[in-house]
Amino acid sequence: MAKLKIALYWAASCGGCEIATLAIHEKILKLAEVADIVFWPVGMDFKYADVEKMADKSVDVCLFNGAIRNEENEHMAHLLRAKSKIMIAYGSCAYEGCIPGLSNFYNRQLTFDRVYIETPSTENPKKIFPQTKVKVPEGELELPEFYDTVKTLAQTVDVDYFVPGCPPEEKTTWLALEALITGKLPPKGTVISHAVKAVCDECPRKKEEKKIKKFYRSYEMIPEPEKCLLEQGLLCYGIATRGGCGALCPQANMPCTGCYGPVEGVIDQGAHFLSALSSIIDSNDPEEIQKIIDDIPDPAGTFYRYSLPDSLLRRARIK
Amino acid sequence: MDNFEPKIVAFCCNWCSYAGADLAGTSRIQYSPNIRVIRVMCSGRVNPLFVLKALSIGADGVLVLGCHPGDCHYIEGNYKTMRRIPLLKKMLKQLGIEEERVRLEWVSASEGAKFAEVTNSFTQAVKNLGPSSLGHLKQSSKEAKHG
Amino acid sequence: MKKITIDPITRLEGHGKITIFLKEDGSVANTYLQIPELRGFEKFSEGRPAEDMPQITQRICGVCPEAHHMAATKALDDLFHVEPPSTAKKLRELLYSAFFVTDHTTHFYILAAPDFIMGPDASPAERNILGVIGKVGLELGGAVINTRKQNHWIIQTVGGRPIHPCFGLPGGVSRAINEEERAKIEEIAKGSVEFAKLSLKVFDDVVLKNKGYLDMVLSDTFTQKSYNMGLVDKNNKVNFYDGKVRVVGPDGKELCKYAPREYLEHIAERVEPWTYLKFPYLKKVGWKGFVDGKDSGVYRATPLSRLNAADGMATPLAQAEYEKMYSTLGGKPANYTLATHWARLVELLYAAERLLELSRDPEITSPNIRNIPTAKPDEGVGIVEAPRGTLTHHYITDEKGVIKKCNLIVGTTNNYAALFMSIKKAAEDLIKPGVKITEGLLNRIEMAWRPYDPCMSCATHALPGQLPLEVTIYDAQGNEVKKLSQGIS
Repeated sequence: MAKLKIALYWAASCGGCEIATLAIHEKILKLAEVADIVFWPVGMDFKYADVEKMADKSVDVCLFNGAIRNEENEHMAHLLRAKSKIMIAYGSCAYEGCIPGLSNFYNRQLTFDRVYIETPSTENPKKIFPQTKVKVPEGELELPEFYDTVKTLAQTVDVDYFVPGCPPEEKTTWLALEALITGKLPPKGTVISHAVKAVCDECPRKKEEKKIKKFYRSYEMIPEPEKCLLEQGLLCYGIATRGGCGALCPQANMPCTGCYGPVEGVIDQGAHFLSALSSIIDSNDPEEIQKIIDDIPDPAGTFYRYSLPDSLLRRARIK
Repeated sequence: MDNFEPKIVAFCCNWCSYAGADLAGTSRIQYSPNIRVIRVMCSGRVNPLFVLKALSIGADGVLVLGCHPGDCHYIEGNYKTMRRIPLLKKMLKQLGIEEERVRLEWVSASEGAKFAEVTNSFTQAVKNLGPSSLGHLKQSSKEAKHG
Repeated sequence: MKKITIDPITRLEGHGKITIFLKEDGSVANTYLQIPELRGFEKFSEGRPAEDMPQITQRICGVCPEAHHMAATKALDDLFHVEPPSTAKKLRELLYSAFFVTDHTTHFYILAAPDFIMGPDASPAERNILGVIGKVGLELGGAVINTRKQNHWIIQTVGGRPIHPCFGLPGGVSRAINEEERAKIEEIAKGSVEFAKLSLKVFDDVVLKNKGYLDMVLSDTFTQKSYNMGLVDKNNKVNFYDGKVRVVGPDGKELCKYAPREYLEHIAERVEPWTYLKFPYLKKVGWKGFVDGKDSGVYRATPLSRLNAADGMATPLAQAEYEKMYSTLGGKPANYTLATHWARLVELLYAAERLLELSRDPEITSPNIRNIPTAKPDEGVGIVEAPRGTLTHHYITDEKGVIKKCNLIVGTTNNYAALFMSIKKAAEDLIKPGVKITEGLLNRIEMAWRPYDPCMSCATHALPGQLPLEVTIYDAQGNEVKKLSQGIS
């Protein structure tokens, strides 16, 4: 049987998903028996020109990680979509925008002003900004355009499957790879994880009634080791986050931050968490409620930590 | 903009505020034609998602109207609304959407006049703010993805 | 002018593009390294709660998230004016040492070793980790995988997750370790020390005992006389987690030694319009262009720079290797870029020894791991050594601890000017009129940047593949004159 052809690519990403792909350790040998990697800039020397030469749909599956931040990311998304039978949004950046998506609170000009002018270590009296085309003494150089808004992969091309997580934990990655190797693929559009329920389902902490009189910042208190973190007033996102990771962060005494994306069926993870959190605030007095809310310093950044580009509003509106 | 007519979505709970809206109508009290009423059984049914959806598809303002605290037909539903809307407004402000575009008010079944007063004043407030300019984010690809 | 483009650079983390302009006679006019990537962390951190910064900034790099996590956590200590309990500091350094073991192992065996073990001109199909394993044996290959896997277990146990840990807090860490975990860490550390010693022996056998390679290491083509930067402890020994930043000139003289809060007096960054990455340089020396020497503000922050900037290693086995290295290279400082690979292995040994020391520390299992901050936050700076360079995080917040301003100078960024120069020099020396441009030649140019372990390293088993490469040569009118390709069907 012919070996599967796999391509892996990173757009605006941190590289964690490349490492996550390899965190399957010895199982990579099993993968190597049945698959050839035909494009993977981090580990192999195939260039963009090689992808352009490939026949359409000649690649069996492309694991695409990273958000769509600039022209090059977008171009590669379209190119790899054309060359691949199956396109997988691997990891939170490709799935929902993830941390690079926080840039959607701002825009290109605000970002450039900060990075190239305002930062205290930058010496740029001529106010030079990077340009897409630059004449140098020897000729011309090009850079890809940096867009105002970060987009997800599915907002750019048709995506077949999603693998959640920042990065996906080993067992989640293997679940997806195993499906590809055996050919037992779920319905198109599936978010591949062991869980459809929330992280709470996997979390060993004891859960009782949730009634919050005060929210705490994680540095303000030392939580009890056995009790639910949300019940103790920490902003634990587990109630509105898809499980499958094994609830690692709560077991390290830190609240979940939501990196596996929304629970099955939810289209705006931030709104979902906001709603759930509000329901457990223990007060019916508007002034007291306001005080409790004041202890949450950054609702939008906390609730949309990983999912701003994929939210209903997608970005902040800037006057 | 002088001729800007805001589009306002008003979520009205069945037992109090919707009835209040009805009363305004039968009493022939004039109220803002900008209002699009959506009846829900309880203001507690208003998922923050609905407010975001309304804003994202072109609403310039969103009203959430419920029973007075203590009078909720389902006992506690409006208490949840009372906690959700302020937090939602704080979040919306960070997203560049003025807090004044979302308002929570209590309107009972007998308060036809109050319904008119609330809707009129809210419409004027939103008019002063101008269009929300989010309507261009028609979520077509999102609909395709989530069916 | 004729133009050779390598796009993208591969076996390098992150996005990069090299453009080589050729004069009419075929010699190199200039070479540019462009970085086409920017995400904007310095802007979108604004508005975020400061305690979220370890987890937000670690998504700058998924191979060295621990470095950002640690720099951010130390910046938070400074920001909140809180001192962590001593066990917390030791746990942080323990995790950090395990992380250095994984990262340096990955770079040496997967990215660097193929060039030496298989040879710079070896067929690209063999010039990768599998070729390496084939040549040195499955036992060593298995040791590489196992060392990484076990040290990632340490990172997960101490830090919460194997990739993107979550344990850093102002005033401490979130989780203590128990005796069972400690004992396992100690066993892993012992194994890692042996593995590091073995790796140094591999380098000795393959590179140092090979005259061709030794000549290459000591050649002028791969020599650069720039300043050296690295974190040192109070005895001026290399320390990855804490200390002061010391800068030593290409002549061996100390230029400065600064505490984190003083970094702005010493470092400035330039902007060029043809790249998204900025160029840091030493303010007191000034920017004189892409040139080396003690009058140029260009500096390097690499394993070799750290060893050059320090007076020695804090652990005995690593110290012996440090002395051996300098005696072979003819004294301090060593300006041979390729010797960075050697320095990296000396650091690997130090990291393993330090891991072992810390795992045996009587306090390491203490439950006293958090001090709750009491002061109002305002401004904080945290500096650590990332595997590929000195990493600086600087935050300014309001009194609720919400970030107002953020400034970051990231490991590889320190080296951008030096990288540019190393590639340019290699291209100029290797591409001469009449010389045939082979893929082996182009690989030698790539060997000029590979020692820097730029941006992120790849923790991968690189599977065999050819080095598909296409070089297009245009004449002065922009018409395609010749196309060389290999490995492209």
